[in-house]
Amino acid sequence: MIKRTSDFYALNAIAYLVVGILAVLAVFPFLVLTVNSFASEHEIINEGYKFWPKEFSSGAYDMIFKNPQRIIRVYELTIFITVVGTAVSLFLSSMAAFVLSRKELRYRNALAFFLYFTQLFNGGLVPYYLLLSRNLHLSNSILVLLLVPMFSVMNILIMRNYMANSIPAAILESATIDGLTEPGCYARIVLPLSTPVLASIGLFTALGYWNDWWTPMMFIQKEALYPLQYTLYQLLASVNFSAQMVNNAPTVNLPKETLKLAMTVVATGPIILVYPFVQRYFVKGITMGAVKG
Amino acid sequence: MFAPVALYFIIFAYVPMAGIVVAFKEYNYRGGIFGSPWIGFENFKFFFGSGKAVQVTVNTLLYNVVFLAAYSFFSILVAILISEMTGRWFKKVSQTILFLPYFISWVTVSAFVYNIFNFEYGLVNTFLKSIGSEPINIYSNPSWWYFILPLFYIWKWVGFGSVLYLATISGIDQECYEAATIDGANAFQKIWYVTLPLIRPTIVILVLLGVGRIMRGEFDMFYQLIGNNGFLMDATDIIDTLVFRSLVGSQDFGMASAAGLYQSVLCFVILMVVNAFVRRYDESQALF
Repeated sequence: MIKRTSDFYALNAIAYLVVGILAVLAVFPFLVLTVNSFASEHEIINEGYKFWPKEFSSGAYDMIFKNPQRIIRVYELTIFITVVGTAVSLFLSSMAAFVLSRKELRYRNALAFFLYFTQLFNGGLVPYYLLLSRNLHLSNSILVLLLVPMFSVMNILIMRNYMANSIPAAILESATIDGLTEPGCYARIVLPLSTPVLASIGLFTALGYWNDWWTPMMFIQKEALYPLQYTLYQLLASVNFSAQMVNNAPTVNLPKETLKLAMTVVATGPIILVYPFVQRYFVKGITMGAVKG
Repeated sequence: MFAPVALYFIIFAYVPMAGIVVAFKEYNYRGGIFGSPWIGFENFKFFFGSGKAVQVTVNTLLYNVVFLAAYSFFSILVAILISEMTGRWFKKVSQTILFLPYFISWVTVSAFVYNIFNFEYGLVNTFLKSIGSEPINIYSNPSWWYFILPLFYIWKWVGFGSVLYLATISGIDQECYEAATIDGANAFQKIWYVTLPLIRPTIVILVLLGVGRIMRGEFDMFYQLIGNNGFLMDATDIIDTLVFRSLVGSQDFGMASAAGLYQSVLCFVILMVVNAFVRRYDESQALF
């Protein structure tokens, strides 16, 4: 047993203090924003935002939930994109990763480099944008929201490493001898054995879809196709848009300051509620990515 | 089974790669990427001649150097301190909290910044007024952003970074620490003489990888926190925001594609150099 001496206590005191302060700074903006979204509008207009307002009011939330159809539709769209995009992405990425993990395949390193090269060099934004919008006519379609964030080379390579290192080659060998085809090996052996990596990568992909505001900004002009984060962005940028969101004509007594904050809470709240349950998968995923196979 | 992914990367990565020729053309809608007339290096002459090239390169480089240094320092610090903590509950809760900002989009962060720094109603100005000081207008004064941007960068990424370093620290053999204790090292000496040297390979690799991305800006952050603010433009314009603004805002395809190709080539060259260094340091960690 290690003897606990004064330096041990000193170090722990410093650790608690420094990490404690950083943790407080990390949650501070969340707390302030949530508290202020419940402040009364005229107190903000007269005195500004405070750590703790004197008057509380749920005016902004009343306004949002009085006519929630628009927000529900935005949520539906975002959930649809996230679920469908993640499912397709995981399915196709894991197939590609399986191919790359097969040591029997002669050109697997060339194929891996074919993917990896896109990380080293790219054509830049202009050709990408022109290709998608002018040549492929993907603008203003739900397809572009699904396709742009779909694949990540790093994720495919992480899956490949996991499959190559954690699944004994002997299992696949004996299965092949027993007459299982390659797609059979993938579906019946590799996929079930890869659930830890699939869970982590799937959640990273889902987070990417959920937080994506770049794709709609570049390619979507139709309001009906605005996902959650882009809607929030529009709303923070213009008050008229927020009035529209709650189906109200812009009026003088629209609580525009608190409405911005309340919409941020409504848009961000769910992810914070889900976060504690999925955090460990992310931590695992980061660690997997860090260990290069 | 590889085909769908291969097809995707051909269309979404390799065709645009061929599309870099657009930087040497005068783009028009009818001709498209491949049918527009060639104009040689005109776009580049314009980009470098306008003085923009130097400005955005310097900005991108300086911000990223500060980001990388601050991010690495705080990630390592937090990882070491968390690993030294004895209270399990506090350890877990603080890690969870520090990792939370990673999950939040920059759009939400821009709402935070608005809430805190907005001139009329922001928290900072309310506080300054309440103690009788003059309110400050952060959105028209570039010098504040030299602190605010790194601050929010660290805020967003330190949880992520500390997870990376913590994974390495938890892999250190406990016998090293026991041996150091027997030799009379105190807790601080153990960090300096055991932990830090043992995570040095990870630090070197992660910093080098960061250097490899040094010409790629954090577009999301700059765009969401600053947007098209004219007051802050000179101090906060990075290559990525310039490309975006020229493309979507002013539809200046020449400028946008020249700046974009300049960035891609610069990134590629830097990555090659960095990889050569990584290879010399630890061959198994080389990128390719």
